[in-house]
Amino acid sequence: MSAARVDGAARRRLLAAGGALVVSFPLRAAPVGRASAASRSAPALPGSLKTEPFVDGWIRIDAQGEVTVFTGKAELGQGIKTALIQVAAEQLVVDPRRVAIVTADTERTPNEGYTAGSHSMQDSGTAIRLAAAHARAMLAERAALRFGVGIDQVVLRDGVASTAEHRAGYGELVTGEVLHVRVDAGAPLRDPRLHFVSGKPWSRVDIPAKVSGGPAYVQDLRLEGMVHARVLRPPSPNATLRAFDAPAIAAMPGVLKVVQDGRFIGVIAQREWQAVSAWRRMAQAARWDETSSLPLPGTLFRSLREAPSEDSVIAERGTPPSDATTSMSAAYRRPYQAHASIGPSCAVARVAGNTCTVWSHTQGVFPLRKAIAELLGLPPDQVRCIHVEGSGCYGHNGADDVAGDAALLARAWPGRPVRVQWMREDEHAWEPYGPPMVAELRATLDASGTIVDWAHDVRSNPHSTRPGGAGDLLAGTLVADAFIPTPPKPLPQPEGGGDRNAIPLYAFPSLRVTHRFLPRMPLRTSALRSLGAYHNVFAIESFMDELARAANVDPIDFRLRHMRDVRAQDVIRLAAERFGWAAWRRRAGRGRGFAFARYKNLAAYAAIAMEVEVRRDSGAVRVVRAVAATDSGEVVNPDGIRNQIEGGIVQATSWTLFEAVTFDATRVTSRDWGGYPILRFPQAPGSIDVHLIDRLGEPFLGTGEAAQGPAAAAIANAVADAVGVRLRDIPFTAERVREALVS
Amino acid sequence: MTALSLDVNGRMQSVDVDPATPLLYVLRDDLRLNGAKFGCGLGQCGACTVMVDRGAVLSCITPVSLVVGRRIRTVEGLGRAERPGPVQQAFIDEQAAQCGYCIAGMVMRAQALLERTPNPTDDEIRREMAVNLCRCGTHMRILRAVRRAASLLAASVRSGAP
Repeated sequence: MSAARVDGAARRRLLAAGGALVVSFPLRAAPVGRASAASRSAPALPGSLKTEPFVDGWIRIDAQGEVTVFTGKAELGQGIKTALIQVAAEQLVVDPRRVAIVTADTERTPNEGYTAGSHSMQDSGTAIRLAAAHARAMLAERAALRFGVGIDQVVLRDGVASTAEHRAGYGELVTGEVLHVRVDAGAPLRDPRLHFVSGKPWSRVDIPAKVSGGPAYVQDLRLEGMVHARVLRPPSPNATLRAFDAPAIAAMPGVLKVVQDGRFIGVIAQREWQAVSAWRRMAQAARWDETSSLPLPGTLFRSLREAPSEDSVIAERGTPPSDATTSMSAAYRRPYQAHASIGPSCAVARVAGNTCTVWSHTQGVFPLRKAIAELLGLPPDQVRCIHVEGSGCYGHNGADDVAGDAALLARAWPGRPVRVQWMREDEHAWEPYGPPMVAELRATLDASGTIVDWAHDVRSNPHSTRPGGAGDLLAGTLVADAFIPTPPKPLPQPEGGGDRNAIPLYAFPSLRVTHRFLPRMPLRTSALRSLGAYHNVFAIESFMDELARAANVDPIDFRLRHMRDVRAQDVIRLAAERFGWAAWRRRAGRGRGFAFARYKNLAAYAAIAMEVEVRRDSGAVRVVRAVAATDSGEVVNPDGIRNQIEGGIVQATSWTLFEAVTFDATRVTSRDWGGYPILRFPQAPGSIDVHLIDRLGEPFLGTGEAAQGPAAAAIANAVADAVGVRLRDIPFTAERVREALVS
Repeated sequence: MTALSLDVNGRMQSVDVDPATPLLYVLRDDLRLNGAKFGCGLGQCGACTVMVDRGAVLSCITPVSLVVGRRIRTVEGLGRAERPGPVQQAFIDEQAAQCGYCIAGMVMRAQALLERTPNPTDDEIRREMAVNLCRCGTHMRILRAVRRAASLLAASVRSGAP
């Protein structure tokens, strides 16, 4: 490995030690970029450059001219690797196939916190784009100096700097620590009109391996000497272990060790099936004492209303008018819902001496490192966390927890990599769920059918219980000397948690939005894709539809009448036009619905029009077609955005029509796909079309969570249009719809 | 432990396992094949789908002893990343994956369907694929990939390619 690839942490340690490494700064006779004068006073750097301001934190070029991009964000199936490669390749003017990427690794990449909140393009994409632009400017400068020509005469193309007479590969121009300079906030970006790869539908780099059985996931790791483990979870959250015959399990074929520490039980075996067989025997043999700690069926929302809350008014403006004509109110509810990844969570850990290495599909290698260090009683710098892809993520699922399991079991079997994969019931019963929520909305219309007052009151359990510390890992709470979970706190605005997207983007003259945060959780909850936005947008956009009907105004005209944001108006109009809203003809049992949101009021814009069919006999709802329009700022990979929006619509259709975690007073009862049905192919929409508005030169706007809320409301609005029934309780199961049709 | 001989992707392989072991674990651990995935261990999700003779089979609930003497095919047997088979190529062409964890199972079920029904209707594809779950919501692309695979397979039959 060349000097240019000295790993980041090692380099930082050397630098911090004031040691032997000489850092050379580039010759900057002609400083890079238009804002270069200002850069001497260090202007604010955008995106994740705030935490990693050096070019070579993001971009390295080796002696052969091979480019490597470093990102602290993780591939979660959203295609971020490909998009970040496109961003770097564009600015460096190299073939993306010559660009490698290293993702989240505590030893090698910048600390970009969690890969969450649709932040990756805004944080990492912005940083990599500017770092690569700076590197390109340096390449041009150094080539000009070497060739003895003006910088304007140097052409950079496909990894080579040249003039009519001269030629030098990138690897000859920047070596060693040359790129260890602070990124210039004013480094000029390539003219978007000249883009050759950014903005183009580049094929995902990870898909060929995934369709052909290449090693692609943490589940596929086969490290030298690796052994297999399973953990036995209690049958219910507060169950205590009464009796457990560890020696009988230890005597089973292939079993290497049975580990028990309080309520934490694991088994390590030579082969995976041996571990599974031992797990099954343990599940039958362990005796537990259980207590009832869950709300009785049917009382969940009453219990939310009675739970102690921390209230805050997050938006308030104007005063409600006294002369308005129509006032309406409605309450919308959403149950516990699961991430329910297809592959149960998995991790591999190795403890050697007082170091631990963990391979994990976590969303945050750095926070996980801290939690595992605390769990094992090691200094954080003795723990290395390396992201390896897992099954789809959709938020805080079991990834961190299983990494904690693996770390504890690896400590019990030191020197060997220990692979732990959860069983299906572990995932379904123990992942931190998307929290139940209630949103109560009230609005007043004046005589012209304009909204003059709006109130939104949302109650929710926490949307983040991410680590944190060892107490935020399941294993940490189960060991005899248990760690205390970090007390949950509301996530602050403008992004918010339970109140995410609770503030409508519409221009209402009088408005009050209240967030009631419920820290006490009968079942552990955390971030599920889009957090509170799914429910708040469902509520707002359903209520807008109800108000439009009351005002007897077309729902799209009604939205536009209240919308001042031009980019929002554009996606609303585009979705309506491509759907054929104006020319739509009604058929029996069919209805059309519309919804819009700008995710977090600061990321991508999405408008969705849908046609649904409602079967009056069964109550089954089917999405016949969906048409979406999005504005994600400047587009890097249009097919990646389409894939995210299509996926968001299908996933939200599943949440909205089918999904609720079920439980009795003691146990979660939805413990597999039978108890927690999700959408299958026959229920998938008939078609989905996604139309993009590409805003060249505008900042990237995260898109991965933009579709969920609008999709839910579009379904509800289309059902109301089809059969005149307003559904406010998710999920709209066939049974529930049939009941509503009858009553 | 019993010595068994298995025909996997056209090669005879000897394994020494408990005959009750589900085929999935033999493929993954003994034969080091990544394609078939553990999803539920209950036959509910299809992530472990492989072909046995001409049918799609859930390898997580199929004891290895039942497939001795039969032709086992996994996604590795259809082609490689550098040289994908027609169904794999169709999934790449349609970019029919997000996380991709379910995709090898989808590819195998599609292969089995298209060998049996070379020109399926949309309803037939949805019914057949209903066994396999996708959580990312890649359904529309997977459906397109299966349709595209049908034409690619038909073309490869016409041209006499394997």
